[in-house]
Amino acid sequence: MIDLYALYQRMHDNNIMLTFKGEVTFDLIDSILKIMEGRLEQLEDSRKTKKKVYNVLVECLQNLCHHIDFSDSQPDPNKDEHDYLRKSAILIIFSDDDAYHVATGNYITGENVNGLKGWLDEINSTTKDELRALYKRILDNEKFSEKGGGGLGFIDIARKSGQKLNYKFKEINDKYSFFSFQINIPKA
Amino acid sequence: MDNLIIEGSNHTPDVNFNADTGTLALKGRSTPENSIEFYRPLLEWLDQYGSNSKTEKTTLKIQLEYFNTSSSKCILDIFKKVNALFKDGLNVSINWYYEEEDEDMQEAGEDYSDLLDVPFEIIELEEE
Repeated sequence: MIDLYALYQRMHDNNIMLTFKGEVTFDLIDSILKIMEGRLEQLEDSRKTKKKVYNVLVECLQNLCHHIDFSDSQPDPNKDEHDYLRKSAILIIFSDDDAYHVATGNYITGENVNGLKGWLDEINSTTKDELRALYKRILDNEKFSEKGGGGLGFIDIARKSGQKLNYKFKEINDKYSFFSFQINIPKA
Repeated sequence: MDNLIIEGSNHTPDVNFNADTGTLALKGRSTPENSIEFYRPLLEWLDQYGSNSKTEKTTLKIQLEYFNTSSSKCILDIFKKVNALFKDGLNVSINWYYEEEDEDMQEAGEDYSDLLDVPFEIIELEEE
């Protein structure tokens, strides 16, 4: 039998507030946000921090939904293991004395790695004021994609948290890579 | 013309666009996945309002707790419609309200204000 106590202890020690692995749907995002809103209400006194965490979480979750390729209809596990896997994602929200941490992981197609990496690096090398100017420029000039987002999501995450975007890509096969992302939101 | 009233939800704001009083209010949170769909009727209403407005003054009042980046562009589209009314000579203004000490929301208001010509007031709400 699975050692649940060990698992419980590990999650407890790491201050895990919520974790999920599987297919991310819009309904699921809604449920996660409701749960986290309740948890933050209990745990966090600063309204400012609460709002920042909620805001960043909204963007992270919607990013997750938009990056996962929903172009095909139902995933078919028998057809291709990765065809199924690429709809799947992981989310871990945890906290420590200094910050809340939102970590997400999902598959992306290999051809999108360089573009995403370049975008995240650009955001990370930009000062606070430059980031604000970039946000305004995209907001005013660029057409948003059908899926929404429009490139503002990661800028907003960086602005609200005031932190660098942590990320890693792991090549899985010739078609897919796994994208790991983590943002820390300092406590007030 | 008809007023536009939409009840808010956990991820969409209360809408109360009143053509009789000239007060157009948007209040609550705006974090829908498909914001284009939500904001379309608001934009269409504003198109009608331009040629039907009978009030002396029109004020768009925005008081948001949260909004996501997918809403941000739609909110700008709303503001641009109002901006066009202003340029057409209508007496219009925008009030952007933010909760006490919510610097993120204050900054967001300033960002919008920079992109528009219409009178844009950023107002801090006192804690209740």
